[in-house]
Amino acid sequence: MSLGPEYLHYPWRRHGYDHDRYAWSMLGDRRTIRWPGDKPLAVWINVSLQFYPLNQRGVPFKVPNGMTMPYPDLRHYSLRDYGNRVGIYRLLAAFEQRGVRPTWAINAQLAERTPYLLERLRAYGGEFLCHGWNMDHLHYGGQDRDEEAAVVRRSVETLRELTGQRIRGWLSPAKHQSWNTPELLAENGIEYCGDWINDDMPYAFATERGELTMMPLSTEIEDQFVMCQNLHSEDSWVNQVTDAFDFLLEEGRAQGGRLLALNLHPWLVGQPHRIGCLEAVLDHIAAHAEVWQAPAGEILDAYRAQAGDND
Amino acid sequence: MQAEMKERLGAYDYWPYEDRPKITWPNGARVAFWVAPNIEYYELDPPTNPQRKPWPTPHPSVPGYSIRDYGNRVGHERQMALLDKYGIRGSVSLSVALCEHHPEIITMCRERDWEFFSHGIYNTRYTYGLSEAQEREMIRDGIETIHRHTGQKCAGYLAPALSHSEHTLDLFAEVGQELFGEEGGIYTCDLFHDDQPTPIHLRSGRRFISMPYSLEMNDTIVYAVNKVEPRHYLTMLKRHFDRLYAEGAESGTVMCIPTHNYQVSCPHRIKAFEEALEYITGHSDVWVATGREIAQHYLAHHYDDALRDIEAKAATAGRS
Repeated sequence: MSLGPEYLHYPWRRHGYDHDRYAWSMLGDRRTIRWPGDKPLAVWINVSLQFYPLNQRGVPFKVPNGMTMPYPDLRHYSLRDYGNRVGIYRLLAAFEQRGVRPTWAINAQLAERTPYLLERLRAYGGEFLCHGWNMDHLHYGGQDRDEEAAVVRRSVETLRELTGQRIRGWLSPAKHQSWNTPELLAENGIEYCGDWINDDMPYAFATERGELTMMPLSTEIEDQFVMCQNLHSEDSWVNQVTDAFDFLLEEGRAQGGRLLALNLHPWLVGQPHRIGCLEAVLDHIAAHAEVWQAPAGEILDAYRAQAGDND
Repeated sequence: MQAEMKERLGAYDYWPYEDRPKITWPNGARVAFWVAPNIEYYELDPPTNPQRKPWPTPHPSVPGYSIRDYGNRVGHERQMALLDKYGIRGSVSLSVALCEHHPEIITMCRERDWEFFSHGIYNTRYTYGLSEAQEREMIRDGIETIHRHTGQKCAGYLAPALSHSEHTLDLFAEVGQELFGEEGGIYTCDLFHDDQPTPIHLRSGRRFISMPYSLEMNDTIVYAVNKVEPRHYLTMLKRHFDRLYAEGAESGTVMCIPTHNYQVSCPHRIKAFEEALEYITGHSDVWVATGREIAQHYLAHHYDDALRDIEAKAATAGRS
């Protein structure tokens, strides 16, 4: 038994991509972007605030870092909740000491359930972006469009109402999308998204409901990927983030603006034995004057003001 | 599924790594060193294959697709700059559809006289389930596409996503010979049984070798499968080189670093790779070459001695 002839047909074998979402270009060939103050490197410090439901459905897959034990998985439920009760306050203290301007990527359901936390984040300042409803509401190919549309709308509207902010950005749980997600984001007034991790700069992303800007939120250097998926040590994570920072700063000096997007999880890096490592990373960043550390929306605006038809 | 599976591969004989005929590389080098950048294209919505899922989650599997795209959009130019700096010409393991999707990358590699060898059409189209005629068609497409876009006579093969059939090596050698005579289809990267080139048995009896390509040093295996820390990868590369360099004083060895632009060129990993290249190319007695150059040298100078030695030892050495 062999495969049908269609297995050797390649309908998208053409110049560019096998989709129409964005244009093909290489980073080194694009127009030079300079960040405000003529800085070569923008740093987006993104804090993912997440709710992992105890009654996880796992549709269409179990979200990484979610429940793994038979119900009720008190172990993972409470360990993730630790981030919202304890870990985040260590991050806030570290941020306050260093004047960090964070971006809060929050599950809308968490924002609704923990008004104290939300008020504390608002009081600190920083931009909120919508991180979907919760970590068990994944967006995926084959999902009913109306069902997904309702989740996106409810998430964005809830967060707008609770924060009073415009809510311009979106980060899908597990960075997973359906074929419709970009259109649904655009329909709901979302301007940028962090899901596609294919660049070290923002770029234009097409939808049938208007354009988004993709702001790649690096997975490779995020705390959970390095320490939970790859099981590297805390010290190695510091090395990896600071090595990435040093390299992008140097490339930015030589070639034009670069974006370092650092995603953090308070349930992980907010632990007592890890928070010092985050502080070391923040100190490394703060020690460099050629860096523009800003919320994602400001980075988006600076990019758009210069990009033109860059993509 | 195969109707009947073989117990033994039978592509090569048992040939112990001692008392082999001496391999001499050009200028008396101890190690033939080559870098094989895999320049791949993974499809966003590939067809299903009954034996292997292209993506772990429902399409579009954005995390996996987009990091591989990072390799082409961002990583390639970084790695190319490093190879330029250390005087290394890449031997590209190419998803040949990249010639159509991203010809700008092909042009840059051509300008540097890099080698291209076939790594299938897409890394999301597997050999599994193809009839022999279909696999032959896919292999021919790969070789012809490389020739059309680069003028090169494809010498090597690494099956797409390391998906094989029992006929893969035979078919590649046959199609290569059919199209380009003795210059086409002379080595495979699909076997990991040795640190030196070795002759391969083919049903055609053609002169054909296995080229050491090393999964152990492959950055995707190191980083994504074995989850090694970047700075430890540097340690591994140095140790691997040091031992092959020492052994190469007796008889020439081969070291390959297979890379992927979405792994080794990431900002947190590229320094480790650069230090490894600096270390290796900083030694005298290293022949920095391409896969084709190593294969041609071996076929011209050592293949016949190897065959005779294998033959002479066959009665006592055993089979594998």
